[in-house]
Amino acid sequence: MVNNHQLKYSIAQIRTLLNNVLDPEVPALSIEDLGILRDVRETSDGVEVVITPTFTGCPAMKVIEEDITEVLQKAGINNFKILTVLAPAWTTDWMSVEGKRKLKEYGIAPPELSTEQHLMAMLSGKKESVGCPFCNSTNTRLTSPFGSTACKALHYCDNCHQPFEEFKCH
Amino acid sequence: MQKIMNEKVESPKHALFEYCLRIGDTSLILGQRLSEWCGHAPVLEEDIAMSNIALDLIGQSRIILTYAGQVEGKGRSEDALAYFRDARQFRNLLMVEQPNGDFAMTITRQFLVSVFNFHLYTELSKSKDETIAAFAAKSLKEVAYHVRHSNDWMLRLGDGTAESHRRAQDAINDLWYFVDDMFQSDAVDEMLLKEGIAADLEKVRQQWELMVTGTITKATLKLPVANNLLRMGSRQGNHTEHLGYILAEMQSLPRSYPDAVW
Repeated sequence: MVNNHQLKYSIAQIRTLLNNVLDPEVPALSIEDLGILRDVRETSDGVEVVITPTFTGCPAMKVIEEDITEVLQKAGINNFKILTVLAPAWTTDWMSVEGKRKLKEYGIAPPELSTEQHLMAMLSGKKESVGCPFCNSTNTRLTSPFGSTACKALHYCDNCHQPFEEFKCH
Repeated sequence: MQKIMNEKVESPKHALFEYCLRIGDTSLILGQRLSEWCGHAPVLEEDIAMSNIALDLIGQSRIILTYAGQVEGKGRSEDALAYFRDARQFRNLLMVEQPNGDFAMTITRQFLVSVFNFHLYTELSKSKDETIAAFAAKSLKEVAYHVRHSNDWMLRLGDGTAESHRRAQDAINDLWYFVDDMFQSDAVDEMLLKEGIAADLEKVRQQWELMVTGTITKATLKLPVANNLLRMGSRQGNHTEHLGYILAEMQSLPRSYPDAVW
């Protein structure tokens, strides 16, 4: 079998192509920004795209796989496999600085603490006060630890009186 | 802790298959139970919270049931295991099949099981089985949120009004019959513990008791006195009458249309 992709694209170019795959729930971010895309590598019979789920039950994963397939096929790459790995477990620590900036711009408070710090804070019952993505005030409160998608929590800003979502530390 | 005589463990592979079913079925049935609240919870935030937790649990069960099918090696998928087994073949904890009851009952059940899962997965994240270790490390982060949610509610209900206190105490008393079932170990645990794959349930119990007692006391609630009516049997598939009804609902579509695909 001829490996068309090897003639057409380098691994770096494929990565650039995959930058167009956005999270269907948070379309401000690409799977690269989110740290979902773990690796793109050449194998004996084509390309292997390695991804990892954010939350185990996240329904977006299926859509992301379909989007990757579409982007690659459109570019004429057909010899590829998508591999989903669980280890190491996905963490918001992998979210790029650029990703966090884009998230805030989109109106969602980015995860502020490292997962380690967050777990400690959560288990010790310490109150969280997340910065408002609209006015930057920390005069905010958690209204619900669960939101419209598995990765988000709901907060309210007592300064600008806006409800807002936070991308949970994970 | 009393040990039970299980049907003979045929091989390490069989033991691992059984072990995966215990974890996967527990998450699946609790997720299914919680999803019954969707559209019915007392406030919107709780409706969302319970659907989110249900989604996490079903996501977790998918991973571990897929692995169970691979371990078994008979070509059964996660769906085959979830939809085409009968009650006697399910290995979920008796606790999770108990009806939702009122909000206090649902929250108390969630609290007791989330704390159990938290300590179980903490141990399993060190498992020598790579898939189980990766699964546990991943799930642990989600379970931490479940613990915080139900823990907060235990305090609010227990230390709330006279009525919320009474309901929370009733829930603890009713669910306590199923606590020992969570920690019952058998030949499967023994075999896998030796290989560094399974968690030591005695250790999990110590951690569980510490956290549960702490919260119950802080919530001004009381631990039930020991009694002789404890129900056990999830390891052998001896369930309470409630599981059959859950399966009837959960499995009706794929059983009516076995060729249906998403």
